[in-house]
Amino acid sequence: MLASRQFARRLATRNRRWASSHAATPALNQVTEEDLAQFSKILSPQSILSTLGSNSVASSELEPFNNDWMGKYHGDSTTVLRPHTTKEVSEIVRYCNERRIGIVPQGGNTGLVGGSVPTGRGEVVVSLRSMNNVRHFDPVSGTLVADAGCVLQSLTDYLAPHNYIMPVEFGAKGSCMIGGNCSTNAGGVRLLRYGSLHGTVLGLEVVLPDGTILDQLNTLRKDNTGYDLKQLFIGAEGTLGIITGVSILTPPAPQASSNAVLALPSFDSLLPLFQRAKRELSEILSAFEYIDRGAYELSVRHGQGRGLSPEESEGAECFVLIETSGGRREHDEEKLSNLLEGLLSEDKPLINTGVLSQDATQFASIWGLREGITEAVSKEGKAYKYDISIPLSAFKEVVDATRERLREKGLLRPDAVKEVVGYGHIGDGNLHLNVVAAKYTPEIEAALEPFVYELVGKYKGSISAEHGLGVMKAHALHYSKNEVSIEWMRRIKSLFDPNGIMNPGKVLPPPDGTHEPSPENTGTARIA
Amino acid sequence: MPHGDVCRTIDYAVKIRVNPNQTGVDTNVKHSMNPFDEIAVEEAVRLREKLKDEVKSIKVVTIGPTKASDTLRTALAMGADSGIHIEVPESAPAPEPLGVAKALKAVIDREKEKGGVDLVIMGKQAIDDDAGQTGQMLAGIRGWAQATFASKLVVDTGKSEASVTREIDGGLEEVRCKLPAVVTTDLRLNEPRYASLPNIMKAKKKPIEKISPSDLGVDLTPIFETLKVSEPPKRQGGQKVASVDELVAKLKEAGITAVS
Ligand SMILES: Cc1cc2nc3c(=O)[nH]c(=O)nc-3n(C[C@H](O)[C@H](O)[C@H](O)COP(=O)(O)OP(=O)(O)OC[C@H]3O[C@@H](n4cnc5c(N)ncnc54)[C@H](O)[C@@H]3O)c2cc1C
Repeated sequence: MLASRQFARRLATRNRRWASSHAATPALNQVTEEDLAQFSKILSPQSILSTLGSNSVASSELEPFNNDWMGKYHGDSTTVLRPHTTKEVSEIVRYCNERRIGIVPQGGNTGLVGGSVPTGRGEVVVSLRSMNNVRHFDPVSGTLVADAGCVLQSLTDYLAPHNYIMPVEFGAKGSCMIGGNCSTNAGGVRLLRYGSLHGTVLGLEVVLPDGTILDQLNTLRKDNTGYDLKQLFIGAEGTLGIITGVSILTPPAPQASSNAVLALPSFDSLLPLFQRAKRELSEILSAFEYIDRGAYELSVRHGQGRGLSPEESEGAECFVLIETSGGRREHDEEKLSNLLEGLLSEDKPLINTGVLSQDATQFASIWGLREGITEAVSKEGKAYKYDISIPLSAFKEVVDATRERLREKGLLRPDAVKEVVGYGHIGDGNLHLNVVAAKYTPEIEAALEPFVYELVGKYKGSISAEHGLGVMKAHALHYSKNEVSIEWMRRIKSLFDPNGIMNPGKVLPPPDGTHEPSPENTGTARIA
Repeated sequence: MPHGDVCRTIDYAVKIRVNPNQTGVDTNVKHSMNPFDEIAVEEAVRLREKLKDEVKSIKVVTIGPTKASDTLRTALAMGADSGIHIEVPESAPAPEPLGVAKALKAVIDREKEKGGVDLVIMGKQAIDDDAGQTGQMLAGIRGWAQATFASKLVVDTGKSEASVTREIDGGLEEVRCKLPAVVTTDLRLNEPRYASLPNIMKAKKKPIEKISPSDLGVDLTPIFETLKVSEPPKRQGGQKVASVDELVAKLKEAGITAVS
């Protein structure tokens, strides 16, 4: 532990040295009334929301754009622009680049790392929500081309009559947008089956930081003609440009789906169970999700889905949600019930019991238990979310070690940290470690960071499996990426965005190695 | 002996589409128990949990092709004791409420020598054809009491009575009737349980008796001919306007003018 801490410190110093070889980030300008007048030459009055100028609105109208979903990060932007076309986006960006005004691209604002809200640099928010049309769908190949501001659920609804589904799906689907999903390279519960957006996205249309439109809205499945530029924008969290259009390959809707929740006597059953499920269900296994006892109880308590009866859940240390999707109900159900029966009738069963959904309502209710955890956690309190990739065998260890750490610091008490829970995508080796606090405080943060990052470093894991870095983890990048990687990321950033206007303060560590001020101790940000 | 009736319909959380030749709803979706029937089974199982041995047996009945027995297995996994599957060929038209009521009456008559049936609980309607008549017809031809659209059911075995709270327009109505009776369920009666794995396994060993309509001496041939089923007209998407002026302009465009 000590060694790894020293290593981290050494890296941090080195980063500082490297950073000094780069020009410090150029200063950015605040939006003025003159800028607003320019924006209104590009956009219709309804597309501009500002506390400045003659058509000014109350700052409360900007709150949904200035505050993040968790209520953890607060910006103080005066101006939100809602363009309707790629051309409008391009003209706004070109102007901002000339004037050195920072831009925060925003989709559904459901991001969990503070990437989608301003950081007090006077940025304008460019919200994609008015760009929400499906441009094209080919029912033979399944390629969908849509504006970046299409809400994920609305795309799912659009595809349903054609018998296709979106390859990404998760709890925020009713608000998050496809452009935001690509920008965060969102994972979610279907990744196990359909792979990541790096594979399913076929093309992007991006407005680059100088206003140029990069049109790579391909619908080709195969295209090996040089560098695959679009990949750079997938997961860039809006730091390299604004995604305005997405072309994505959608899979055919499965003809039959089933799910079950299994109650496990102990965490030790988890990995053997996963192996069994993979072997016996093979091609029809479409999700394998882990929910520890604490996360399960939170979800049930906040009404996210109906749980098992008390007798059924009694004595379970953790739970697993299994989903199968396939082409023929009889075949799939037979496989699943063979597995479940086999599991129950063993001498030393890996599961206590479980329930199998009997209809679409129960199917949704069982998914609610898992997909509703994020929401349940936010209803319970203020969440410190660590979305990490670590070896499966360490899932419980990491949650326990974090809880122990907080206990040692005297922070495990109702008015500080209420719960430490873990859940996640076993199929992808991704654990969501959530610390639920009564409120965000510097002490809790100091107890958790860099503790959690070092722990992850120890397992050679990733400090962000799917949520990204945003402002929350930008300073901690070195725990997951070596210095050569970070240096080349910086070079890419300054190649695309020499003036540093695109989502400043996100993803890359600050050049001087400092921690981006967290919301609790900055003058510019308010604390809820 | 309370007695639940189960029939096979399209799951109600699946959006139903009319099949292209307009003679019924598309059946290429997950089939499961009619939600109202699932509630009926749940209520029967809860009655037993409350009344213990006073409930001698819970028997579930379905009419449908071979696959319909899956529905019975679900009911058995929820806690019913045995099932009767009145099997009809895959190609047979869906039976009409009167036919179903006659078949159920015949089943009840057959049960007489085994102790008789005291209570039939069934869904208030099937969600694929929404006829909502079977319970009433069965009570009529059997000469039993009926309490429809139940949102609460209390059975007093000592007095051989059932008290039923019914959902009616604008409120609730409480009725009491002598057993035997037919009760039809409303959505708020209960929330059906998940089937647990051990119970699903046990359900596989529970008996399902297969009989044909002719064994019961009933003819399920429909009397009605379905002429056409069509989807409701597609909703036109709404449009957002940015200002009152724009709204007024749009209304004028659509030929709507103010009256004063
Ligand atoms: C309840 C809940 C459950 C979640 N579950 C998961 C999960 O299972 N898996 C997972 O991976 N994530 C999950 N997330 C987080 C996930 O990153 C986001 O929900 C989603 O992908 C972000 O989409 P959005 O449209 O809301 O983007 P925003 O939050 O608006 O933005 C996210 C980032 O992308 C940038 N951005 C947004 N739109 C664009 C654009 N058009 N061009 C360039 N940059 C853009 C923003 O600047 C920001 O950095 C969850 C979030 C919630 C609230």
